[in-house]
Amino acid sequence: MSEYVLEMTGVSKVFPGVKALDNVQLKLRPGKVHALMGENGAGKSTLMKCMFGIYKMDQGQILMDGQPVTINDPMDALRKGIAMVHQELQPIPARTVGENIFLGRYPMKKALGFIPMIDHAKMYADTAELLKRVRMNFDPKQKVGELSVSQMQSVEIAKAVSANCRVLILDEPTSSLTANEVEALFRIIEDLKAEGVAIVYISHKMDEILRIGDEVTIMRDGKYIGTWDASELTTDMIITRMVGRELTNLYPKRENVPGEVVFEVKDFTSINPRSFRNVNFQLRKGEILGVGGLVGAQRTELMEGLFGIRSHTTGQIFYKGKEITVNRPKDAIDQGIAMLTEDRRGSGIMGVLSVADNISIASLNQYLDHGYFINGKKVEQLVQDNVKKMNIKTPSSKTLIKSLSGGNQQKVLVGRWLANNPDVLILDEPTRGIDVGAKYEIYCIIADLAKEGKSIIMISSEMGELIGMSDRIMVMCDGRVTGFIDGSEATQENIMTYATQFE
Amino acid sequence: MEAKKQSGFGKKLIGTITRNPIVFLLVIAAIVVGCLVDNFFSWANLSNLMSNTAIRFLIALGVSGCLITKGTDLSAGRQVGFAAVIAGIMCQRGDYNGRLWKFLPEMNIGLVFIIVVAIGLCWGLLNGFIVTKLHVPPFIATLGTQTIIYGISLVISDAQPIGGFQKIYTSLINGRIGDVKGFHLPYLLFVAAVFGVVFWFIYNKMRFGKYMYAIGGNDVAAEVSGVNTTKTLMRIYATAGIMYAIAGYLLAAKSGGASASMGQGYELEAIAGCTIGGVSTTGGIGTVPGILIGVLVFELLKIILQFLGVNPYYNYVVQGLVIVLAVSLDIRKYIAKK
Repeated sequence: MSEYVLEMTGVSKVFPGVKALDNVQLKLRPGKVHALMGENGAGKSTLMKCMFGIYKMDQGQILMDGQPVTINDPMDALRKGIAMVHQELQPIPARTVGENIFLGRYPMKKALGFIPMIDHAKMYADTAELLKRVRMNFDPKQKVGELSVSQMQSVEIAKAVSANCRVLILDEPTSSLTANEVEALFRIIEDLKAEGVAIVYISHKMDEILRIGDEVTIMRDGKYIGTWDASELTTDMIITRMVGRELTNLYPKRENVPGEVVFEVKDFTSINPRSFRNVNFQLRKGEILGVGGLVGAQRTELMEGLFGIRSHTTGQIFYKGKEITVNRPKDAIDQGIAMLTEDRRGSGIMGVLSVADNISIASLNQYLDHGYFINGKKVEQLVQDNVKKMNIKTPSSKTLIKSLSGGNQQKVLVGRWLANNPDVLILDEPTRGIDVGAKYEIYCIIADLAKEGKSIIMISSEMGELIGMSDRIMVMCDGRVTGFIDGSEATQENIMTYATQFE
Repeated sequence: MEAKKQSGFGKKLIGTITRNPIVFLLVIAAIVVGCLVDNFFSWANLSNLMSNTAIRFLIALGVSGCLITKGTDLSAGRQVGFAAVIAGIMCQRGDYNGRLWKFLPEMNIGLVFIIVVAIGLCWGLLNGFIVTKLHVPPFIATLGTQTIIYGISLVISDAQPIGGFQKIYTSLINGRIGDVKGFHLPYLLFVAAVFGVVFWFIYNKMRFGKYMYAIGGNDVAAEVSGVNTTKTLMRIYATAGIMYAIAGYLLAAKSGGASASMGQGYELEAIAGCTIGGVSTTGGIGTVPGILIGVLVFELLKIILQFLGVNPYYNYVVQGLVIVLAVSLDIRKYIAKK
């Protein structure tokens, strides 16, 4: 009999262009909490999806009780006793707690001996039993939509427990919980440990890891760094091991000189209490302000709030000394602010339209003859100027944008905003999903813009990019700005320290 | 060199046919039917096709903006009927015994036109308001308003047919140029041509058109790029309302009478015409020439069935099948590219 309930060894997984997992291992002991740590993109979720049967491993094997097993899909994983509570809960709000827990495997009975029917009495009795096990006392017939987030999470855990799981994966379970709710979750975890369940706990919160973790496995860039006893580790040791990668010279030389303050935000707070709050910062002319933080730090939400895509309750925005009101993106654009959004497909490109239509949409006013008619020659000129300036590879201006590569699409979108000649540019993950060559070109464009006196806000989850490109770095954690670091003094360690300052 | 060019053209032709199989099939069908049945290729039939197509084209232009922005407008037909009823009542002769609104003096038909268009604008704005401000999906919003509009049409017309129009109203709109062996160019053809050109300009050369395509292509991206999507959608539904009103005004005169049931089902014909003509239900795609071809081909289908002597009740069956086929072929293009 193996001392491990589940072992993954030599796991590799390649996505087009990226080696997401490279010879990774993970060994889980029964009755222990195994923390899995790493930066955004280190491969934690990919590894868990391989274990849960969502992805197929390219190499490697999974052993349960020392015996090799194959896990084909999530249903298969559940049958083998592996359950997962996802970071983004996906309950069916209009159905009851019981129906959510037993979805897809309802207890059945035969009415009149032959008509298959759902045995509601048994389902709700079982649900009540399960809820007691996870120390929750609400009605099994309550609609899930009426529950709080932590209660919904308990329902998910109850669902996992109901499958008699031996391995439970919790992916960032506390990201949307209050302190009291976290305590309740920890009590459930203690109970499950006592029952011998092995728990994989993914979290960025050091104090939680050090408190409930028994063992810690750290990953970086898809590679396995090591496994330690939690008692041997300190926060600093974890951070060093998480970020300890070498920086190569991937960034252009910057010659911009930050000048006077052009953009200032005071006490900016979201309408959503779990999102950004009490944010204050200043942006100077010709400055590149990096914005760092972990997934869920609400950086995108903050910038979308400033740009009028999301609503805010309190807070002021000052632009060139005057207060401005932004209720929708058009208000910000009219002032001379631009924002390249994170989700290129979702809120950037208009796939079925041409490069020309995509690049000109935000600045059509400039190409009008007699105030009404769009001058096709001027639009064509805009396309050609951008193609030359940014080295955009497109067969023609009439080519549909969806047929271009990600890097070229991104350049078209940068061109869309530059056509408006904005003074403040917000770039949200400008190089995400773009190959290395195109990345460098985008860095050069950013550096040139700053040199011309444009002010840039750049959200990035890539540490190297943040440190390599920013004059100053604003770090956020859990909706708050936790610190500013001067570009010359920034290190991965001090950014991570601010990024993990949970309240 | 010459041969290469030829094959390039051949490839292009085959590409065009495979992209528009329904258009191709119906044109072939028309040619076959024309050879088999007498009088199909007649000048009178051609004139008839033109004036029928003209009014349908105006309605299709109206609904096309809704379709391109991933919406729809099921109230199109009832709005046409409403406009026909109002236009009919107001254009009745002063000395006509069956006048519905006896309190009115004999109206100037130009003034009536303006009133009808203003009412159409209001219906369109109502649809736009429900879609953009109340966030009701366009399918449901216009399903509701079409019922409301029909109800009001019935109340106003007392569910009676309306006749006794001023001569100038019917003769002007049924006017035509030339008459050679039964062939003539109806005025309606010119009306349709003018609107076709105007819409082509709006869709290709004006901000409003570009904003419309942008919303259809990706509404979130359009809003982020500074398009006021609320305002643009309001304008699209309002424009649609105006087009239906114009179509209703013309239709009443063309038919020489009006009733609340006039225009019933026209929304489906218009949507079918647009879809056959390449307006994509997935949004962002559609051209004015395409819409014209789509409407023309759909009218052609009706005439083919008529000439083949098919029981008119079967027409509905065939038309319905063509609509489903057109949309399923369009969706297939989208799935294949995904």
